[in-house]
Amino acid sequence: MASAAELDRPSDSLEGFRQEARSWLEANFPQALRGKDNAMSAVDGPTEETAEQKAWREAMGAKGWGVPTWPTEFGGGGLTREQARVLGEEMMRIGAWNPIGGMGVMMFGPTLLEYGSEAQKQQHIPGIVRGEVRWCQGYSEPGAGSDLASLQTFAEDHGDHYIVNGQKTWTSGGQWADKCFALVRTGKTQKHAGISFLLIDMDAEGVETRPIKLISGASPFCETFFTNVKVHKENLVGREGQGWEIGTRLLQHERNSLSGGGGSQGRMNQGEPIPSIAKKYRELDESGKLADSDLRTRIIKHEMDQRAFALTLRRAALEAKGNAGPSAATSVMKNVGARITQDRAELAIEIMGMQGLGWEGEGFSHEELATTRTWLWGKAVSIYGGSSEIQNNVIAKRILGMLDHQ
Amino acid sequence: MAALNDEQVMLRDMAREWADNELPTTAFRKMRDAAPATGFDPEAWSTIGQMGWAGIVIPEAFGGSEFGYLSLGLVVEQLGRNLAASPLSSTTAAASAIVMGTSDKAKRDWLARLASAEAVATLAIDEGGLHSGKIAASVSGGKLSGTKKFVAEGDGADVFVVAATDGLYLVAKGEGVTVTSREMADNRSHADVAFAEAPAEKLGGTDLTQAIVDRATAVITAEMLGMADSAFNQTLDYLKQRVQFGQVLSTFQALQHRMAKMKTELELMRSVVEGALEAIDSGRSDIDQAVSLAKAVANDTLRLVSREMVQLHGGVGMTDEFDAGLYLKRAAVLETMWGTASYHRDRFARLNGY
Repeated sequence: MASAAELDRPSDSLEGFRQEARSWLEANFPQALRGKDNAMSAVDGPTEETAEQKAWREAMGAKGWGVPTWPTEFGGGGLTREQARVLGEEMMRIGAWNPIGGMGVMMFGPTLLEYGSEAQKQQHIPGIVRGEVRWCQGYSEPGAGSDLASLQTFAEDHGDHYIVNGQKTWTSGGQWADKCFALVRTGKTQKHAGISFLLIDMDAEGVETRPIKLISGASPFCETFFTNVKVHKENLVGREGQGWEIGTRLLQHERNSLSGGGGSQGRMNQGEPIPSIAKKYRELDESGKLADSDLRTRIIKHEMDQRAFALTLRRAALEAKGNAGPSAATSVMKNVGARITQDRAELAIEIMGMQGLGWEGEGFSHEELATTRTWLWGKAVSIYGGSSEIQNNVIAKRILGMLDHQ
Repeated sequence: MAALNDEQVMLRDMAREWADNELPTTAFRKMRDAAPATGFDPEAWSTIGQMGWAGIVIPEAFGGSEFGYLSLGLVVEQLGRNLAASPLSSTTAAASAIVMGTSDKAKRDWLARLASAEAVATLAIDEGGLHSGKIAASVSGGKLSGTKKFVAEGDGADVFVVAATDGLYLVAKGEGVTVTSREMADNRSHADVAFAEAPAEKLGGTDLTQAIVDRATAVITAEMLGMADSAFNQTLDYLKQRVQFGQVLSTFQALQHRMAKMKTELELMRSVVEGALEAIDSGRSDIDQAVSLAKAVANDTLRLVSREMVQLHGGVGMTDEFDAGLYLKRAAVLETMWGTASYHRDRFARLNGY
């Protein structure tokens, strides 16, 4: 379905669009950023933007190409999937990255576009498109992890507003976020049907965050405390009690982004290929093979897993063409993606030996220290966004129809 | 469980009680935060000396008890359960080199001090980040030159047992010895040690080097056993108390089977670790095979259990506040130390002629 903006576009063929994208990128991607990593994507949190990074974010934000397939009426790029793919190729060609990201883009935006009111979309989508508003997720609680529906944070009805009390945990980037999309309880008697989807200002009175230090040394998550926080009812998405449905849909978007090339997992799997690291750190025999044949076999297995995964992602994308959004099969992708990420990290430290287990200090290269931290942080990918165990439940129950014994 | 004699049972129980009272993981955290230059708590080390554990493989004539490696392993295992930081493993392995070596002077100078934990000793063997058996350090005119990497307890060591191309030497800290600390993920002491024409006393040939590396390897498999056992039990306790979906996690069959598999692997691990220590005590001819078997299995099992400890604890397993990360990081260092599983599987095959 083409929007009015698309029909007006001068480039009606894909090749025409490629030319348009190429010249726009040439004109707008700052020279100073070429050949550099996307410093804004660090796992540890946001870094200060340079003038060039700011210019690039603003250019992409104004163009709407950070969210290329979102509708133009809210500032999105309004591109078709094919055009978005071409845009991605053209960006890769000159080493340009997408400066618009985060939970707003990956999960909340797509969900709000499906479930939000016109006014909510007008209010929240443009800020995400321009990369100006940072969103965080208020889902998990200390007693509600895998069993998310047992959450206890309560939003008490006070006529035109709610008063929210409770504690969330694993709030990614909570300490830097402007707003939070949260699952709260508006009904106490029904488990799933008592849950609502509420948008909360992180700078509202009564909101407190406390960073959680992880085994990798970073603190990308927070505990978030809500104490008598006043939230107007215009911030309720959907109906009261519809929160579980909306929240589950958002999780599918999350799994989708976690399993694919995007998200932090995709970034972790980038970088030097494992065989090339092995050739640097390990002995080769006369024929150029890794002398450690046991390690070699495991590296081969990992490389093949990666290829198989890439082909599966591609096949899923082709098969999903025309279908809207993610499905239960994203659980398969998330688990395979998590396994590959963790296998890669384990292989990297094993190959480097003690050099791959450094914490800090001059005896280690930047890459070696990053290998240690990436290995440790990578242990989270099979836990967050629904643990591997929960994904297996989804696969067994929803795809295979293997239901619990009653 | 190996058939322990009464003395060994007493020793094990005493070590366990002491480790639980004096060096629980909270003590390790305290040490980590205080970051002493030596990487261990000197008071705890001194107590280890008073209890006679530092002298377990040292003859009585030099102030030790000569209880043997299985006994030493029992103590190291109990300390490993709590991630207790001490130079016990490194000191006893180095002491063995002096005991088995040919230098009476080295015996007179060091053994009594090591048995009482007045001094710390360690092995300086590997010259890279991986155990390979390749040695370039050499001795000329009684002076040793070469650089050793990632020497465990290198920061606090008073004396080093150093591998050179033609065998093992004893080098005291001081003249010609430069120690550079390496900060590793396990927060324990590791250091690069450069020897520049350092005065060296010969202990034995390359056979002795291999014999000592095998002993050091067997001792750390005991630490790994203690860690794996404790990591497993902590995980089991957690599954028995964490409630999700209205039931404790331990009632889910998928998790029950994972725990059952780990328990099975742990039983195999205990057998091969104790088997290697007993092989050393009885002076068997196939110590090398027993040690490679122990290290390969210990590596695989500790890897399984320490990674599952994080996963099965879910989010809290990822936090620094919880102990799972401490076990994970120490596990990875010990998996690397004295050879990866691949290294030992290959060595096992070569020793068996295939």
